[in-house]
Amino acid sequence: MSDTAQQQIVIVGAGHGGGAVAASLRQYGFKGGITVFGTEPIPPYQRPPLSKAWLKGEADAASLALRPPAFYDKADISLRLSTTVTAIDRTAKTVTTDSGETVGYDWLILATGARARRLPIPGMDLAGVLELRTAADADQLKAALGPGRKLAVVGGGYIGLEAAASALALGATATVIERESRVLARVASEALSHAYQTAHRKRGVTIELGAQVAALEGADGHVTGVRLGDGRLVPCDVALVGVGAVANVELARDAGIACDQGIIVDLAARTSDPAVFAVGDCTWRPLPHYGRDFRLESVPNALEQARQAAGAICGRAPAAPEVPWFWSDQFDLKLQIVGLPFGATHTVLRGDPATESFAVFHLADDNSLRAVEAVNMADAFMAGRLLISKGSQLAADKICDMSIAMKDLAQP
Amino acid sequence: MPQVTFIEHNGTAHTVEAELGKSLMEAAVGNAVPGIDADCGGACACATCHVFVEPEWEAKTGARTEAESAMLNFAAEVKPNSRLSCQIPVTAELEGLVVRMPEGQH
Ligand SMILES: Cc1cc2nc3c(=O)[nH]c(=O)nc-3n(C[C@H](O)[C@H](O)[C@H](O)COP(=O)(O)OP(=O)(O)OC[C@H]3O[C@@H](n4cnc5c(N)ncnc54)[C@H](O)[C@@H]3O)c2cc1C
Ligand code: FES
Repeated sequence: MSDTAQQQIVIVGAGHGGGAVAASLRQYGFKGGITVFGTEPIPPYQRPPLSKAWLKGEADAASLALRPPAFYDKADISLRLSTTVTAIDRTAKTVTTDSGETVGYDWLILATGARARRLPIPGMDLAGVLELRTAADADQLKAALGPGRKLAVVGGGYIGLEAAASALALGATATVIERESRVLARVASEALSHAYQTAHRKRGVTIELGAQVAALEGADGHVTGVRLGDGRLVPCDVALVGVGAVANVELARDAGIACDQGIIVDLAARTSDPAVFAVGDCTWRPLPHYGRDFRLESVPNALEQARQAAGAICGRAPAAPEVPWFWSDQFDLKLQIVGLPFGATHTVLRGDPATESFAVFHLADDNSLRAVEAVNMADAFMAGRLLISKGSQLAADKICDMSIAMKDLAQP
Repeated sequence: MPQVTFIEHNGTAHTVEAELGKSLMEAAVGNAVPGIDADCGGACACATCHVFVEPEWEAKTGARTEAESAMLNFAAEVKPNSRLSCQIPVTAELEGLVVRMPEGQH
């Protein structure tokens, strides 16, 4: 490593990616200054429990922290919370903050994440209409839930379904309203969507499919229901709008850094400016196992890119690219997904969805494995991770044969 | 609070106070012990909180859960005394526990 002691790194965004890249830099031996700016008032924390264990009351606020508060002082990382970076000057190599401060950098790392997509419908500004992206959002949602309360979830994605499951655990009722003909339509196979619809309905969640949302209605400024396109009203005390996220690319774009649906990066997490890196939900990144670029919204992705950026700055040899993966916990259903269905032409089922323990294997024409969606079947997920990274081809009749252990499938 | 010791692959030992009722993984992360990545934050979904439990402690740390076993079957460097530390609850019985960590979690 070249001598880093005199170098200054500025990280924009104190979320999962920003916190991880700061920690990785120290772990890899970076000796210079590290300053992390974050809009939110609290140190980097984990978002996944906000719709799961934390919302249900099974995890306390302290357990959300990515690192203990004392870590940042000990590691000599300057955390500048409640401070937003408003502009980048790439010629002068400085950033400007909303408090009017200008700070110089040798390396700049953008970890600005994504924000909840807003719906262009009337009533979005009513009290009780919430989104779920930050700890502050989650506090509001939790305060509004409890025995007898009615939650309406607009959008049947992972966050909406997890919130619905957690709401039931808190004694509330939940109705999920989805525009498409199945939940998780953009992010899961039909088999998985159907299994989750069945599981949610069986446990008491109401699901409205193919339903347009016309407006959020209220009385005295507070939401009272969701008006559907067909005129029906879904009454509620609180409405959670979870219709996807948009990457926070404006800061980079305004500075002339190349962007697509996210900030364009390479496999070292480097942007079109060699002094600027970007990690996490805000990036548009290459997927080497799939030969295309994509935007991922997951913790493993943010952590992988944090290691890529820190490694590149510290002169480490690049690590082998990981196969993207994701998890979701709803009720007692443990979903783990590895890979993406790009290039897949057919699916094979292992196990029986009716037992709530099964996996969907996505294969390409040549039977090479592209993705596995595993529900309460961790070995299928782990084996899939290995097989996809090796580019292995699988025999369909072996996958569905439960008498063949995953371990034997993984070592052909 | 019980004291537990995490030994890195290079031999560096970290003795920390582990809060009762939390997981062994949380004791490591909360005390910034290097070598436990815990990417999924304890959801038993990532297998990056892998430890080896010293043989004399295996009875007190208990048996692997089914999901944990399924994960560990495919983890790198897995051994008979491999555990996912997020699945080990900290109890008073674990006072003095020693676990070792693999070379890497990825
Ligand atoms: C409720 C919920 C549940 C989830 N569950 C899962 C799950 O089960 N598994 C999984 O893998 N992923 C899950 N995710 C996704 C995961 O949390 C994200 O992929 C991850 O947080 C991405 O990290 P990031 O650093 O890119 O962005 P973030 O964690 O969003 O951090 C970005 C930060 O940057 C700040 N910021 C933005 N612009 C500026 C600026 N100009 N100046 C200063 N600060 C700025 C923002 O305020 C924010 O704090 C979930 C997300 C949510 C919201
Ligand atoms: S922290 Fe992910 S499996 Fe233990």
